[in-house]
Amino acid sequence: MIFAIANWDWALDGWIIVAGVLCACGAALLGNFLVLRRMSLLGDAISHAILPGLALAFLITESRTSWVMFVGAAVVGVLTAVFTESIHRWGNVDEGAAMGVVFTTLFAIGVLLIVQAVDHVDLDPGCVLYGAIEMTPEDPIIIWGREMPRVVAVLGVVLAVNALFVLAFYKELKITSFDPELATTLGINARWMHYGLMTLVAITAVASFEAVGNILVVAMFVVPAATAQMLTNRLPWMIGISLLVAALGAVLGHVGAMVVPAAFGYGSTTSAGMMAVAVGLFFGLALLFSPSRGLAPRLVRRMRLTGQIIAEDLLGLLYRNEEFDPQQTMMFAELSAAIPANRLAQRCVLLWLVAVNDVVRDGQEYRLSEAGRDRAAALLRAHRLWEEYLVKEGDVLPDKTHPSAERLEHFTDKQLRRRLDKETAAAAIDPHGKPIPPERP
Amino acid sequence: MTPDLRRLRLPWLAMVVVIVLGLSFVAADALYAQQRPPVSQSIAHRQWHWPTWEQWRRVLSLQDYNTRVVLFGATMLGVAAGTIGSFTLLRKRALMGDALSHATLPGICLAFVMATVLGVDGKSLVVLLAGAAVTGVLGVAAILVIRRYSHVKEDSALAIVLSVFFGAGTALLLVAQKTPGGHAAGLETFIYGKTASMLASDAYLIAVVNLLVVGLCVVLFKPFKVLCFDAPFGASRGLPALLLDSLMMALVLLVTVVGLQAVGLVLMIAMLVIPAAAARFWTENMGRMTAVSGLLGGVSAMLGAGMSALLPNLPSGAMIVIVAACFFSLSMLLGAARGMLVRGLRRVRLNRKVDAQHLLRAIYEQLEAAQALPPTPGGAILPAIEWQSLLRMRSWSRGRLLRAIGRAKRQGLVEQLDADTIRATAKGFAEAARVVRQHRLWEMYLITHADIAPSHVDRDADLIEHVLDDAMIEKLERLLHQQQRRETVGSPHPLSLET
Repeated sequence: MIFAIANWDWALDGWIIVAGVLCACGAALLGNFLVLRRMSLLGDAISHAILPGLALAFLITESRTSWVMFVGAAVVGVLTAVFTESIHRWGNVDEGAAMGVVFTTLFAIGVLLIVQAVDHVDLDPGCVLYGAIEMTPEDPIIIWGREMPRVVAVLGVVLAVNALFVLAFYKELKITSFDPELATTLGINARWMHYGLMTLVAITAVASFEAVGNILVVAMFVVPAATAQMLTNRLPWMIGISLLVAALGAVLGHVGAMVVPAAFGYGSTTSAGMMAVAVGLFFGLALLFSPSRGLAPRLVRRMRLTGQIIAEDLLGLLYRNEEFDPQQTMMFAELSAAIPANRLAQRCVLLWLVAVNDVVRDGQEYRLSEAGRDRAAALLRAHRLWEEYLVKEGDVLPDKTHPSAERLEHFTDKQLRRRLDKETAAAAIDPHGKPIPPERP
Repeated sequence: MTPDLRRLRLPWLAMVVVIVLGLSFVAADALYAQQRPPVSQSIAHRQWHWPTWEQWRRVLSLQDYNTRVVLFGATMLGVAAGTIGSFTLLRKRALMGDALSHATLPGICLAFVMATVLGVDGKSLVVLLAGAAVTGVLGVAAILVIRRYSHVKEDSALAIVLSVFFGAGTALLLVAQKTPGGHAAGLETFIYGKTASMLASDAYLIAVVNLLVVGLCVVLFKPFKVLCFDAPFGASRGLPALLLDSLMMALVLLVTVVGLQAVGLVLMIAMLVIPAAAARFWTENMGRMTAVSGLLGGVSAMLGAGMSALLPNLPSGAMIVIVAACFFSLSMLLGAARGMLVRGLRRVRLNRKVDAQHLLRAIYEQLEAAQALPPTPGGAILPAIEWQSLLRMRSWSRGRLLRAIGRAKRQGLVEQLDADTIRATAKGFAEAARVVRQHRLWEMYLITHADIAPSHVDRDADLIEHVLDDAMIEKLERLLHQQQRRETVGSPHPLSLET
């Protein structure tokens, strides 16, 4: 259905997607190491700074021969990294500021050079920023007897080179990214790895600029890797996930470029921009829902812990009440007044306790069920054992033990209770003269 | 400086090789191109008309209304960006402006589309700037959220916001250009700037923003300063750190948004970073740095815009940045407080002082070993020694030793008797005794108070003897209960005349 809306044409859109995926994966592969080395912005700097290299190569050679511009731009790209490093080191300037100085200056020089050439060439800076991925299939070359877009061939080669580099120097890259000092003691030249990586970053940025524009390269350098970083702690997994995110983002972005504006009654928009948005969307999802460190799972975990603690406090309160008078029940207001928590949260937790049959409800009154009494007894046992232990072993005054025990009781399991029991010589009475409930099966 | 050079040598060599290879490719291609008929004129044949006197006069005397407006607006923007930029630089947020200015693009385009759909003039500056401000704030908020609630690092957060927002912006830009009834031709000026066609109203808007920014920076100078150098300390003294931080970012946003269409997006970042980074080389005082930064921003904007008005084919936004970058290079080289030249000189001076002290101490120890020390310092003529024998006492080269002797001769610390022998003067001997005394006091201190073996203290004392001042010496004396007469103590370990 989507294909129908978007006037899908495999000969055209297929190649665009292939180009997008190749570019995205090539950039994401190196991006993992940029992100780990905290040099994410260097990708941005380099891809802006290649402009004067392109312009100069063009002005000198008077041709748009690809490889000349390629070499010119790649050299300037690596120079960006070198200049940044030199200014940072010799001028004692903050690294971010050094980068800002270098890449904006190079970009300005590039703009100046392009304006000099503008009357007889169509090398406009806009092309560098957005690229022309839609034009991909219009510049075919023939490789091994099959016709394919030139861009796809170039990006394929770049991806292969990047993959080879990462495979060949995987160990070295890993060590220098995490611990350059250790790498040096192991006889790995961190500096060489750094400049090798920078060279490939520059080459990737240059190869991608005319196909997809530099903004997509910058996004692909950083966003998939950061997304993967939200999901895993292991480098191989991180690389795998980032490649997956990059490829999916490229596909989704191209589809989105046709479908999303159409939904609002506009024509299709630039695929490169939408690919950046698509990977951004993946990052947003990972930020929110990553199982181990996403915002939503963390919030849920925290709420569950809060709920558990309120529930245990409620059970404990009902149990203590029964100790005075086994027949007595409690109203919600009485329960609520005794526990320092939000009333709404208390009511929800109480409803849940009734639902799991730990608490029995009689009209307005609440009392413990048999299962609830077991749970409450275990809790109070933990509480009073802790109090006894703190007085006996921790030299805490009996009237100061309650707050600590109140916190510890929620994290004390059966095994720890048995241990406490042993340490306190199976005490039956706590320091306040209350009986310690026996362990129930 | 030497070790840095040594470490850099290999990568630099590699760079040179790459550049040479690249240039030779280019040269080969150029040779090849010569055999082809020229397609069009190359940059070498381009006609550069040096401006006539009439043109100079018109620009310098600000006769053209347009030139006046552009110079005024650009200068105001430069001052504002330089001033606020110095705070963000010290707050280590130099590239926040980068992310911020990229994040304004979707807002501009969205505002245009929505205004056009609602039937309002989509290119009204107020509408566009409001849109820019909204997504700019969203971008900063996203950076803060990512930094606060995930373990993704700050640089990645900046790059993510920058690229994703800008990607959305380019997508929206294309939509805006296809909006029926809308005339979106001017929206790209927000990316590249159009300084040369600045309107008087734009210039006045910039001037008002400039006054606001500079005024707030002056009024809030002290809190901003505390925030830049020690935010936790400020917070502990009751400073509303979050509010101030937000205010600072709001000022950056304000300058960025009004500056966008003047110099463009990328070059706006330069206006925020370069003058501040250049000013840092000139002074260690923050007030002065802010002033210098504002001044540099203003001057480079004025010069850049002026050159663009004077010479053909020079886009003013790029020229402003290039002028600012020239100021930066000059400052990095010549800056009075942290420039490379000043720091290099300081280092050379320190090295010379250290060498002179090593020379004097070597002479003293030589005399001491030969038991040829005069009974009382001063007065008596000292015995001469062969300078060749000093060569073996330290790991210094012949040239370095000779240079040190030459300098000491000029300062009247030693005198040369003939080609092989030198002799310390009375002044030199007094200085030598002082240095030796410092060296041995520190050695004694290390032995008695730091429990270091006597055979190991020589090297440590070697490092510290040059920087001990009088107060420290007195403290050491008191600590060690040495005799109070200012005489030299004996060495705690056997002196070796060979290294």
